Amino acid sequence: MSRAVKHSIALFVFLAVAWLLWSGFWDNPLLLSLGAVSCLGVLLLVRRMRLVDAEGVPLKILPKLVVYAPWLIWEVVKANVDVARRILSPRMPISPCLFEVKASQSDDLGRVIYANSITLTPGTISVHVEGDVILVHALTKEAADGVEEAEMDRRVTGLAG
Amino acid sequence: MITDVLSGICLIAGAFFALTGGIGLIRLPDFFTRMHGAALTDTLGAWLILLGLMIAAGFTLVTVKLIMIGLLLALTSPTATHALARSAWEHGRKPWMLPEGEDVPTDG
Repeated sequence: MSRAVKHSIALFVFLAVAWLLWSGFWDNPLLLSLGAVSCLGVLLLVRRMRLVDAEGVPLKILPKLVVYAPWLIWEVVKANVDVARRILSPRMPISPCLFEVKASQSDDLGRVIYANSITLTPGTISVHVEGDVILVHALTKEAADGVEEAEMDRRVTGLAG
Repeated sequence: MITDVLSGICLIAGAFFALTGGIGLIRLPDFFTRMHGAALTDTLGAWLILLGLMIAAGFTLVTVKLIMIGLLLALTSPTATHALARSAWEHGRKPWMLPEGEDVPTDG
């Protein structure tokens, strides 16, 4: 089976599952067939737009997200508590800084996941991406050190290659 | 009964983080640091409120839709934050730094 066919089938299955979960209609043949037609229509449209590829349907990444997502959520929770503590403390112990980190991912999708993971974590924002260098603004020196230790970089590279 | 209490705790904790984000938006000194404050509202504030609603909704399609909202937020909020920060940076806004030679303020 060619990769394009594999991606198309995966996208169709994803669209069908999303349609079923969103609508909640399981047993009306008319609505189900209309839903199937909608999914097929969307599939044809995005194929014409040439979006059905390893970036648009990232099949390789999805299973590994099971490991990455909980880790990221826990990092975000820890960062939330830290930033909340600093905002609420009377003298606000912040030390904003700006620095560049290297993204070691090989493609755009990996770099987007990395830059967005940095931004999602409170206390660090990716301000600018140029090639494989990300300009990061951090609320504190500690948050900046956390990014420079590059654990997140390694994990995203393991995720997206 | 237990689900009511759990969902209430999540909702209150979520509201606390959303409120703290708002306080940060006012207290922090400049554009870039304020974005870090707003990140609290986008992440744990929104997530805990969604979690509280999921616990209240139980094992239903409503919970599936709440999960979808969470996924949408996790994808769109960092993208929007990055677009905002990049635009400010490219238009020459300089981030606020601690004055030269001054230590990080500490409590106590």
